[in-house]
Amino acid sequence: MRTVVVNVLAFGGGFVIMSLELLGGRVLAPYFGGSIYVWGSIITVFMLALSAGYLLGGYLSLRRPNLRKLGLILIGAGVLVCPLVLIAEPAMSWIFDRVEDPRYGSLLASLVLFMPPTIILGMISPYAVRLLVKATEESGRVAGTLYFVSTFGSALGTLGTSFYFVLWFELNTIVAMLAGALALLACLAFAAGRTE
Amino acid sequence: MKPALALVLGLACIFPHAEVIHEEPSLYGKILVTREDGFLCMQFAVRSERRRQSCIDERAPKKMALQYTRMMMASLLLTPEPESVLITGLGGGTLPRALAELLPEARIDVVEIAPAVVSVADRFFDFRAAGNTRVFVRDARVFTRRALRDGKRYELILLDTFDGDYIPEHLMTLEYLQETRRLLTPNGVLVANTFATSRLYDHESETYYRAFGPFLNFTIRESANRIVLASIMPLPDNATLRRAARSWRQRLAPYGVPITSYPRRFDRAQDWNRDRRPLTDQYSPANVLQRMD
Repeated sequence: MRTVVVNVLAFGGGFVIMSLELLGGRVLAPYFGGSIYVWGSIITVFMLALSAGYLLGGYLSLRRPNLRKLGLILIGAGVLVCPLVLIAEPAMSWIFDRVEDPRYGSLLASLVLFMPPTIILGMISPYAVRLLVKATEESGRVAGTLYFVSTFGSALGTLGTSFYFVLWFELNTIVAMLAGALALLACLAFAAGRTE
Repeated sequence: MKPALALVLGLACIFPHAEVIHEEPSLYGKILVTREDGFLCMQFAVRSERRRQSCIDERAPKKMALQYTRMMMASLLLTPEPESVLITGLGGGTLPRALAELLPEARIDVVEIAPAVVSVADRFFDFRAAGNTRVFVRDARVFTRRALRDGKRYELILLDTFDGDYIPEHLMTLEYLQETRRLLTPNGVLVANTFATSRLYDHESETYYRAFGPFLNFTIRESANRIVLASIMPLPDNATLRRAARSWRQRLAPYGVPITSYPRRFDRAQDWNRDRRPLTDQYSPANVLQRMD
């Protein structure tokens, strides 16, 4: 049961990461355009944030890891996604007025809007590995399975967002749904963690 | 077979007479310059299919070779002598060149996202920024916001940033059109080259309507393009448009623009489904909608 729950959480984390990244282009376009450097900024920030998140998640997993703490990580990610709905417009407007070059404007806006939630989302995978590894010899298999599940989630997050969600929902609705999904996953982690 | 060779052979089958005389790498898809039956064309290479972006007839370089470019000149019927013009999308520079000749006093700003298009237009299509014409290499939305902030205004804005394969979605939203409207002078006119088919038609029409109110819909049966003509002031009546067309007939003749035949093709009917959602920065699946019937 625990294994299934942790895999579901990793899948959800992967799904939200790529869905957010894809929406990033739409969030920034009204202020910084659709040029290649806007995507360059977004991808750079996501890669930086994920690398920092992996590092932090790994360190956090050293101190009495449990499912409830993973639930708190998910809550944190869900909360940090919300500014995308609440402050994206004023934040981008502020940056647009002060940074003339749209390359650095889009980079700064990506840092402000996407760095915080993505760092937290990056913590999920290494933490999940720690929760499932019981012996050194199975660590590679456990990590491999979790990478598979989380990257598969990312693939579906990309496909679902670009093919369907943008056709059915407004941008802010999709972001709110992602935050809601993270909250639900956190509830699942708390419920499964109660028995530990 | 090497992929590049296969591509060249594939293209040769589709366009048996087109000779590729130049290939320019670009951040936004390769640009091809081709020669076919005396026409020099700029095309964007997308997959195995190419689309003419801009062409000149080498035997009569002044004549506008493509239907949609001629149709864009209908803008002069709504604003006969604009002093300031903004064109988004350069292509081979046919429109800014013609407008600079016809309106020598006008300040003409052109916005083009791809530096490679500017250099190809210069090298092969004899277009360069000179006199009152300036070219800005940047995204049209970024340009518009900066221009608003800097207090620039234009009497005529021509939007020509879409091709058949890909729509920059942030340039087809209500917010963008509202920003463009604010960039117009009180007597300003906006003319957009866009699409006549697919499910996008209803959404796009509703978007223009919400931004500008009633507009003129200009289509020609043999063309998949449609030209939207919108104005801050109330739209002129048919008699005024016909009079304007007669006054422009002589001057537009060297460009091959049958201007007097245009006013009767303008449609004022709201022929789209008004229940469709307008495209906004929040909801802008233009590329998906364009592929749906």
